Amino acid sequence: MNVETLTRPEQTTGKKTQEVVFPFPEEKADDTRQADRNKPVIMEISNIDKSYSANKKVLKDISFDIRKGEVLSIIGPSGAGKSTLLRIINRMIEPNSGSIRFQDKDTLNMKGRSLRNMRTDIGMIFQHYNLVDRLSVFENVLHGRLGYKSSLQGIFSMYSEAEKEKAVEIISELGIEEQIYKRCDELSGGQKQRVGIARALIQDPKIILCDEPIASLDPNSSKIIMEYLRRISRERDITIIVNLHQLDVAKQYSDRIIGLNDGSIVFNDAPEAITAESINRIYGSKLDELIVE
Amino acid sequence: MEKTSSIHASDINIIRKKHMRLFIAGLILLALIVVTGTITNYNHIDGLVSVPAALQWLFANMYFSGSTLSRLPTVLRLLWETVLISIVSTTTAAFFAMLFAIVGSKRTSVNGFLMYFAKLVASISRNIPVVAWALILVLSFGTNAATGFLALFFGTFGFLVRAFIETIDETSGDTVEALKATGATYPQVISKAVIPESMPQMFSWVLFMIETNIRSATLVGLLTGTGIGYLFDLYYKQLNYEMVSLITLAIVVAVLAIEVVSNWIRREIL
Repeated sequence: MNVETLTRPEQTTGKKTQEVVFPFPEEKADDTRQADRNKPVIMEISNIDKSYSANKKVLKDISFDIRKGEVLSIIGPSGAGKSTLLRIINRMIEPNSGSIRFQDKDTLNMKGRSLRNMRTDIGMIFQHYNLVDRLSVFENVLHGRLGYKSSLQGIFSMYSEAEKEKAVEIISELGIEEQIYKRCDELSGGQKQRVGIARALIQDPKIILCDEPIASLDPNSSKIIMEYLRRISRERDITIIVNLHQLDVAKQYSDRIIGLNDGSIVFNDAPEAITAESINRIYGSKLDELIVE
Repeated sequence: MEKTSSIHASDINIIRKKHMRLFIAGLILLALIVVTGTITNYNHIDGLVSVPAALQWLFANMYFSGSTLSRLPTVLRLLWETVLISIVSTTTAAFFAMLFAIVGSKRTSVNGFLMYFAKLVASISRNIPVVAWALILVLSFGTNAATGFLALFFGTFGFLVRAFIETIDETSGDTVEALKATGATYPQVISKAVIPESMPQMFSWVLFMIETNIRSATLVGLLTGTGIGYLFDLYYKQLNYEMVSLITLAIVVAVLAIEVVSNWIRREIL
């Protein structure tokens, strides 16, 4: 992987040469980090334990706060429990014990309607995009509204005009309006991920969970996706929680980094606070061993 | 990156082992042919020698003349009936198989009990051969088209449930997760993710089963006294080989035609 292209934005205009047009000037995109310490806490995660089998704990006593509008990266070696932790936040995976408070409610007791309501407030994007390949971009984006609808309205695709207009607006904002009628299997990886982001955005969420969003993308598309995610957090005050396995990307884009090693949090601070020693604790190796030239 | 290897290429005998295994498998196959032949008193040499004589008899007797052709409309009418029975039983079975497959797939199952129940029902109906279904159903329903329909229905249903479950397992995992995460309800997830993702492959299985069932329907009809199978049986027992060959030819043409059509449909939709 070419680290240079990811970390250092080239000093050119806002246009990108490939099929995508970069919609905003890069120097503006690279603005200073917000002082996230002053932001209100919107989710409190306390003492989460999770094990899939009796003898191996995937997550051990995980506690941390999530603040409004911050970009929070979760880093750590493969198998550290990053994906599990992310899915526990929207209860796609049930923890064994612990509690999660979100908007003054305990999410772990939720069932049925209230669980669905909670999930509408949390968007999610995936490494493999998880789009319905045989449907159009427009339909896939509108799937983000299903949580607000009754089963029958959903089955018969009864979306309101306002929802459709919102979908078009978000699709245009993400620069994929030319693809709106295309089936998702005709898109490139970067475009697919932008459809994924659009599907999450139309939910009007408070939090967007991103599970390795750039792990299947080339450096250029990765950069565009990360810029979009940061811009979403700045402009819409949506919290972005992102699992990453590239340390330099996490350092560049996050307001805060959580380092996970073997199911425990070993680092939880601003990216500037990362030292060689903390990297050693997260990855169990020295920094120079991590750089692949 | 310099590294002194402790492994010598000459020590690696993976390829030799593979050759050995292939050789042993060949020996086992040969032994099976000899042993099973001996037990059943079937002589492979005699079997081969009798082939030319049988072919000669076939060519001497199995042709038809102009007078037989006058009965072609009857043959075609019954053939058409058989084709329709196969199609209606396959499509009906496909409908029920889809419901069972949704319950039976681990991606979309509502609970564990229903999942195993669906798989059990499918497994039972699949593992009773179509011919056995026909014979059992003839006893309770008598010789009519409904019996043929049901015999094909059960065999197809069991097979399609299994094929559909595998299709859903393969195609829908990721999107089911994504839609659940948006807060979608179970029926929404099924209609928006599972069905669009697995529809082409399911359709392909249904076409395959229609082809298979047209062949099976002939046999089932022979047992249940309906359709082209019955006609075949009738003339066969009268030793009217001219009609028998005409009917056989008609069946072959029909099966080929269906195959061509279904291949065309498959190309268009996939």
